[in-house]
Amino acid sequence: MDFTLKVWRQEGPDHKGRLVPYAAKGISADTSFLEMLDIVNERLIEKGEEPIAFDHDCREGICGMCGCVVNGYAHGPEAGTTLCQLHMRHFHDGDTIYVEPFRAKAFPVIRDLVVNRGAFDAIVTAGGYISIRAGSAPDANAVPVPKEHADRAMDAAACIGCGACVASCPNASAMLFTSAKISQLGLLPQGQPERWDRVRSMVSAMERAGFGSCTNHGECEATCPKRVSMDFIARMNRDLMRASVKK
Amino acid sequence: MGLDSKVPEGPIEQKWDSHRFKMKLINPANKRKFSVIVVGSGLAGASAAATLAELGYEVRCFFYQDSPRRAHSIAAQGGINAAKNYQNDGDSIFRLFYDTVKGGDYRAREANVYRLAQVSNAIIDHCVAQGVPFAREYGGLLDNRSFGGAQVSRTFYARGQTGQQLLLGAYSALLRQVAAGRVTLFPRTEMLDLVVADGRARGIVTRHMVSGRVESHAADAVVLATGGYGNVFYLSTNAKGCNATAIWRAHRRGAFLANPCFTQIHPTCIPVAGEHQSKLTLMSESLRNDGRIWVPEKKDDTRSPDKIPESERDYYLERRYPAFGNLVPRDVASRASKQVCDEGRGVGPKVGDLRLGVYLDFADAFRRLGRGVLDERYGNLFEMYEQITGEDAHDAPMRIYPAIHYTMGGLWVDYNLMSNLPGLFVIGEANFSDHGANRLGASALMQGLGDGYFVLPYTIGDYFATAGNSKVGTDHAEFKAAEDGAKGRVQKLLGIKGKRSPDSFHKQLGKVVWEFCGMGRTDAGLRKALAEIPKIRDEFWQDLRVPGPSGTLNQTLEKASRVADFLEFAELMVRDALHRTESCGGHFREESQTPEGEALRDDEKFSFVSAWEWKGEGTEPELHKEPLKFEWCKPSQRSYK
Repeated sequence: MDFTLKVWRQEGPDHKGRLVPYAAKGISADTSFLEMLDIVNERLIEKGEEPIAFDHDCREGICGMCGCVVNGYAHGPEAGTTLCQLHMRHFHDGDTIYVEPFRAKAFPVIRDLVVNRGAFDAIVTAGGYISIRAGSAPDANAVPVPKEHADRAMDAAACIGCGACVASCPNASAMLFTSAKISQLGLLPQGQPERWDRVRSMVSAMERAGFGSCTNHGECEATCPKRVSMDFIARMNRDLMRASVKK
Repeated sequence: MGLDSKVPEGPIEQKWDSHRFKMKLINPANKRKFSVIVVGSGLAGASAAATLAELGYEVRCFFYQDSPRRAHSIAAQGGINAAKNYQNDGDSIFRLFYDTVKGGDYRAREANVYRLAQVSNAIIDHCVAQGVPFAREYGGLLDNRSFGGAQVSRTFYARGQTGQQLLLGAYSALLRQVAAGRVTLFPRTEMLDLVVADGRARGIVTRHMVSGRVESHAADAVVLATGGYGNVFYLSTNAKGCNATAIWRAHRRGAFLANPCFTQIHPTCIPVAGEHQSKLTLMSESLRNDGRIWVPEKKDDTRSPDKIPESERDYYLERRYPAFGNLVPRDVASRASKQVCDEGRGVGPKVGDLRLGVYLDFADAFRRLGRGVLDERYGNLFEMYEQITGEDAHDAPMRIYPAIHYTMGGLWVDYNLMSNLPGLFVIGEANFSDHGANRLGASALMQGLGDGYFVLPYTIGDYFATAGNSKVGTDHAEFKAAEDGAKGRVQKLLGIKGKRSPDSFHKQLGKVVWEFCGMGRTDAGLRKALAEIPKIRDEFWQDLRVPGPSGTLNQTLEKASRVADFLEFAELMVRDALHRTESCGGHFREESQTPEGEALRDDEKFSFVSAWEWKGEGTEPELHKEPLKFEWCKPSQRSYK
């Protein structure tokens, strides 16, 4: 298959970026999107040009390192997929494909398609944990957890922290990411002691990092490669409301 | 230099307890005066960094990704073992120990493995307390599944994402310590060298991958938790960034590398589709609980699988190993797959002359359990399979083939997880100690977390109490020399200005080691590889092309630096495989097999750990041997029949 790529090139955070056209010719339909970029990059190196910088690591859809906006969609037009798991068989021969970085005030561009998502770590640092020291835990079966709660917590915990929710939100909100962690811990008995402090602290860290607010567009859920549900945002808002009257 | 494993005296079940009592302690108020560098943020690195900080040490954690949560432990799917015996099916610490030593084909150190089995239960307790959402039964208690190489159900799991959930648990513990001001994170920072002065590890030299800045960091101890070297094969199930640079650089500074030829080939990966392939994807071993593996009886049978009647199918694992069936250990399952494909009975498209694939069929399980149950167990795996291959495993069997997945070899460590270089500790996949010549499924997560949460935090304290503060700062001549060396190497890579990309050399190397040092190894093949690898290396240093400068994010430069180290590492791996003329676990020397084609060990000659010492460029490394004694788990020919 042959494609024309229009790829965002930007030397650094303070440089101006632009879309640069590249030809991607003779690509097999079984190639993944990132492997297609590998091929383009190999050809650029052959020509002595600097290859396109993009983040990636596990290439099996779980590390959350990869992600670009492809034809206007974070991780590309296929639902429930990371960019590394998107294969070229979903495109048509001759397509022009636009490739841009995740854009948000809180995710400054480092180079080309690579952005800094350190703000996500800052949100988790503000309280995305249960305070437990190694060595102090009771027996794992001491506290039964209803299966339904454990399953729901797992649904939330499936978040891979890729940032697609932020990139697809018109407000660049990180509510889906933040609410997923808050809900995972808030649904489990172990997470109860710090539940109210956690939601206050993480939401305020999210706001400090420069993410916008949720206005119920639902783009985040639609684009989330792990299909994390927006219901968690509602749950987080309820928790935040309850927390505000608790102390 | 002698190899003292420092295994404590006494009965095996008392060794760790008595050792914990004998180890010296550091007063809580003095702990903050000791600093630790942890390289790597996977299960081992993150759990160690978090726990050391909880104890009060000053910790700095370095990793090449943008966040500690990206480390490749995250991709582990199936589960984590523990000797809880929640199923009341006869499990015990001793049985987990026994299965692991046997599964490792009697090439692991007994005392380390026993300790691992002992701490396994505390890991589960701790992870549950952290909020890891393990799978549960309707009564609210934890569920278990069975895994290869064991006849009890001792594996705890979180859907097909156990590694992710455990890593996020360790990551959250780590960030809690960042919030407490006891850990400093260094994202997008790669270790380029280890600094040793006066016989003690003093710190590391790093390159910040965005600014290109090369820097020195000094500490009282250095912990390497940098994972395995599976990417030496180019195609593996490792993440693209996984590399051997940290352990190789430490090796060049004097740390012994143990059993590098012990590599694990995982039986259930998605087969290679073509030249563009950049990595291989694992389908969890847990699928073998419900899937049945088969190939057609006839050669070159290209009928679609549903057109092949039962009577013309060969369920070769069930046929050859009736006791364990589809749940034989990984090395045995992989070799059996290779054999049937080499016979011409493989399925799927031809790669070269052969069809390299076998069926993993869920039809029986769908009939027995229904689609709902299977989707709950493996839904994300079915989805991943469909995304990659475009085929739906609900309608037709999966096609799978073995691929490099894990490396049992690594830096040599003693019972305290310290290398032969004082002050250098090595944990998780990066060390060699617990899995012998073959790792059982769901044991890597157990080892990474066991080392990080419950072993290293004790043993490092004993080291500090004995050795005291390092008192060598980054102004020391050795730091200056290592930093200049690292900068010089970066400039050298940029200065070659040849024609070929780092990836092209990496692929070339990968083909050589996969062919000659992969699933089957022979004297002639290994010698051929030993001749080939230096040629590729010479060409690399003459014809490499790295566009762009060093003072910015330059991913080609990062790759080039890692490939340069793989090109050196590969030679040692092959040398180790050549020297070990027995077969054991994942190391299959075709000259050494039983009449049935199983791996044939030679305990008289090879019951030892090979620990290689770097002797300088162009000089052969020196082999040291740590004899292995099996007092509690007597070696026998492994049988899974």
